Amino acid sequence: MADAQAHAQDLEPTALQHQFDSLEQQFDASVLGMWVFLVTEIMFFGGLFMAYIVYRTWYPDSFAAGSHHLDVTLGMTNTMVLIASSLTMALAVWAGQQGNRFRQVLFLGLTLLFGFAFLGIKAYEYWEKFQDHLVPGPNFVWDGPGNPHAVQIFYSLYFAMTGLHALHMVVGAGIMITLLVMAARGRFTRQWSTPLEIGGLYWHFVDIVWIFLFPLLYLIERHV
Amino acid sequence: MDAIDATLPPPVNYLNAQHGIKSWLLTRDHKRIALLYLFGITFFFVLGGIFAALIRLELLTPAGDLMEAETYNKMFTLHGVIMIFFFLIPSIPATLGNFLVPIMIGAKDLAFPRINLLSWYIYMVGGLFTIAVIVLGGVDTGWTFYTPYSTAASNTHVVLTGLGVFITGFSSILTGLNFIVTIHRMRAPGMTWFRLPLFIWSHYATALIMVLGTPVIAITVLLVAAERVLHLGLFDPKLGGDPVLFQHLFWFYSHPAVYIMILPAMGVISELVAAFSRKAIFGYNFVAFASLAIALIGFLVWGHHMFVSSQSVYAGLVFSFLSFLVAIPSAVKVFNWTATMYKGSISFQAPIMYVFGFMGLFLVGGLTGLFLASVGLDVHVHDTYFVVAHFHYIMVGGAIMGFQGGLHYWWPKIFGRKYPEGWAKLAALVIFVGFNLTFFPQFLLGYLGMPRRYYAYPPEFQVLNIMSTAGASVLAIGYLIPAIYFAWSLKYGELAEANPWGAKGLEWTIPSPPPTYNFEETPVITEPPYNYTPEFVASVTAASRPEVELG
Repeated sequence: MADAQAHAQDLEPTALQHQFDSLEQQFDASVLGMWVFLVTEIMFFGGLFMAYIVYRTWYPDSFAAGSHHLDVTLGMTNTMVLIASSLTMALAVWAGQQGNRFRQVLFLGLTLLFGFAFLGIKAYEYWEKFQDHLVPGPNFVWDGPGNPHAVQIFYSLYFAMTGLHALHMVVGAGIMITLLVMAARGRFTRQWSTPLEIGGLYWHFVDIVWIFLFPLLYLIERHV
Repeated sequence: MDAIDATLPPPVNYLNAQHGIKSWLLTRDHKRIALLYLFGITFFFVLGGIFAALIRLELLTPAGDLMEAETYNKMFTLHGVIMIFFFLIPSIPATLGNFLVPIMIGAKDLAFPRINLLSWYIYMVGGLFTIAVIVLGGVDTGWTFYTPYSTAASNTHVVLTGLGVFITGFSSILTGLNFIVTIHRMRAPGMTWFRLPLFIWSHYATALIMVLGTPVIAITVLLVAAERVLHLGLFDPKLGGDPVLFQHLFWFYSHPAVYIMILPAMGVISELVAAFSRKAIFGYNFVAFASLAIALIGFLVWGHHMFVSSQSVYAGLVFSFLSFLVAIPSAVKVFNWTATMYKGSISFQAPIMYVFGFMGLFLVGGLTGLFLASVGLDVHVHDTYFVVAHFHYIMVGGAIMGFQGGLHYWWPKIFGRKYPEGWAKLAALVIFVGFNLTFFPQFLLGYLGMPRRYYAYPPEFQVLNIMSTAGASVLAIGYLIPAIYFAWSLKYGELAEANPWGAKGLEWTIPSPPPTYNFEETPVITEPPYNYTPEFVASVTAASRPEVELG
């Protein structure tokens, strides 16, 4: 019987789950949970940033040479797309707090659209790199300036970091679709919009990661 | 919060509230998930133990006669991988921690019950990968996966093993996340931070390490797998990479991981010392903050694994100094436990025998850790059996002693039945003797220069190796005895009342076994922890218990 109750509560998320005493406690726990999760994400990306720091210090010229082959225009466009998506995400959270269903759907839809635009541009960039034999591994070819091994390490890190980021964008798109369906069904009210809030935290985090990746990967040449 | 009178187990508790395999596999009750984990870690402990037995059998004679060198390499690798990632790291937090953290803070469950269940499934999937590795032929890199051997040379199942470690890491991350949020947000009214049992403080510190460290090993093993498949050059010096970078990333997690193993055991010891001395913990604040200090300093000492790995002398000295610093909070704990026992009313029952075992073995393990943290001495004993003996004193002598002590102490609460005390005392003694016989000779072997990870050795080392193998047999019997009487007690053990030990703590105020939601109504806490007032002690000693007064 207890399980049936718990099940019923799942179908009705505005209700209090059995382990909490109040909706406020439930909300605080969810938000803290997402923040702790984001800390783990920082450490997850942190290993790659560490490798980047070491090898860029070792091979500054090769990294600059490798970076030269990245398309700054597309990278900049993607940066703008993500910043715009952060704005629409923030507006969606605000619409959630207001309980305005139309605006929630509108802004979540726009966020999702920007997310897909980002992934589309990223896929095009990957395809270009594939054409140019810049994907690390057996088919990697480099005849430009710098040490080919070091340039391959640069591209390994480029694909690892942007790939992991793109994976997070795909997960984010999944979250946006879920939120969109919930919003369209009118699940978010002035009293309860927790998934919107923590989904927003996640989305902003993924954006911020890109804000670090873009200059570190695309703009090296402009620094050296 | 006074002791509830002895009552029979309530008709409905978390064990019998629902029936059938589905009610276990889909449960969200933290207590049932703790038992699922207990099942999982016991399985992997036995598996890892089998590999240990094979290692000790091979080392009975100087020549490599039982197995080939390659097979031996797989044996110690699988022993390490299984014991560390699938037994020691989840052992106390995922079983006793899962069971007790919500109860000790007066909550109905962890903050995220579904994530808790998910973490168990993730753990089991990671375990299946490891079992697949065993079935397919094993892995031989050592549990440390050092590059470039693991990425460029080994022809065993490195990627599959790495994926198993990667996956099971997320179960650890989710457990840590759940504990942090639960301890922050789910405490009952009046349960302030400084009224928390020290078990909670040590689990909080453990959870911090799980959350901050585990993602780093996750990304590191992913990079190893990518490097191995695609030859990216990230860790391969031939391709411009740096194998030492791998060691830095690996030990950034894997040194703090030792504290994931030992901190929960320290939490158990704090509870047991107080309960069996009938005294408040001496210097509660110091013990609580020592847990946090160990967690934080523990993140700054990883370089002591790399004194001979081309690390600069300057870095070596800094890491050496920082490693000495960890000894301070560790010693604070041991001194405070000892001071707690001083003039306490100590009752010599099985759990506190494990406490004594823990304190003796942890002391030896900790002090030899200081030897190894000294750069000069470490160069001499690096990669010898001295290191092997040291970390077994911490991991087996410390962590498993704590786990066993805790399991005995909370067994009546978990299952509502008592284990046979006489057998338990005997087992504690056998384990202590067997452990020392196994691992003390290894200190001597290491100091004499026997390197680790070789399947053969010069004949002059044989006597000490025979002692070690004989000790391992005794140790195996010591672990077998509790397995038998615990299983026996599930059906035939004496029924346990709510508070069989006469101990303080919220878990002893609810029935044994507890009801599904732990508390009928949320408790309100009005007293400090370990509040063994003379009245309370008098009320519980009225019940007949074997007593020895020290003082």
